[in-house]
Amino acid sequence: MKRLSVKATVESLDEVQSFIDQVLEEIGCSMKAQMQIDIAVEELFVNIAHYAYPEGNGDAAVEIETDADKSCVKITFEDRGIPFDPLAHEDPNVTGPAEERSVGGLGIFMVKKSMDDMSYEYKDGKNLLTIIKNYK
Amino acid sequence: MLNITKNANGEALKIILEGRLDTTTAPQLEAELGKVLPGVTDLKFDLEKLEYISSAGLRVLLSTQKTMNKQGKMVVSNASAEVKEIFDVTGFSDILTIE
Repeated sequence: MKRLSVKATVESLDEVQSFIDQVLEEIGCSMKAQMQIDIAVEELFVNIAHYAYPEGNGDAAVEIETDADKSCVKITFEDRGIPFDPLAHEDPNVTGPAEERSVGGLGIFMVKKSMDDMSYEYKDGKNLLTIIKNYK
Repeated sequence: MLNITKNANGEALKIILEGRLDTTTAPQLEAELGKVLPGVTDLKFDLEKLEYISSAGLRVLLSTQKTMNKQGKMVVSNASAEVKEIFDVTGFSDILTIE
């Protein structure tokens, strides 16, 4: 298991994605899965950067674990910001004309659709959001 | 990292996107479009070299489609299988004209 702690700001995104990509390359992740995981990491981390700490700055941590037997990678996002369960929100409107659409919630929706599992827990003052993806 | 190449021909504009359209680069495209879109009636995005798109990039495409619905047409061409799948999952395939 590897862990990275950063400031919860959009400027940290590059560092977080590089950290994840390095592990994905080591385990021989498929190109398609890597892109889906990169997108998931961006969407979830940017969400934390934008909304977790409305009062100002805070930290976030990202943990990655791999399971070679199941070809699975598990990534957990952790912050001490306001409790927020992205899974509790309704899916966005993805049908109908452009004029009736908005992209609010679209990022989380993409993550839900592309990951094999996604779960949320609020524990000891921390938001813990976990995604699991088969990387073959 | 995103490279934006523009080929203008009267009221027609072709924009070639190369690299990543994400949280970091989407504002760059949005600012560029704000400058060049007025007066354009025929807009084409060439996505052959676009490697990655997240919801921040989709947001710009959606707002551009809304603008072009009022002033002309917009076409998205040469998207990779991965980018096309993202358009499918998010329902963007129904609102974009994909070639």
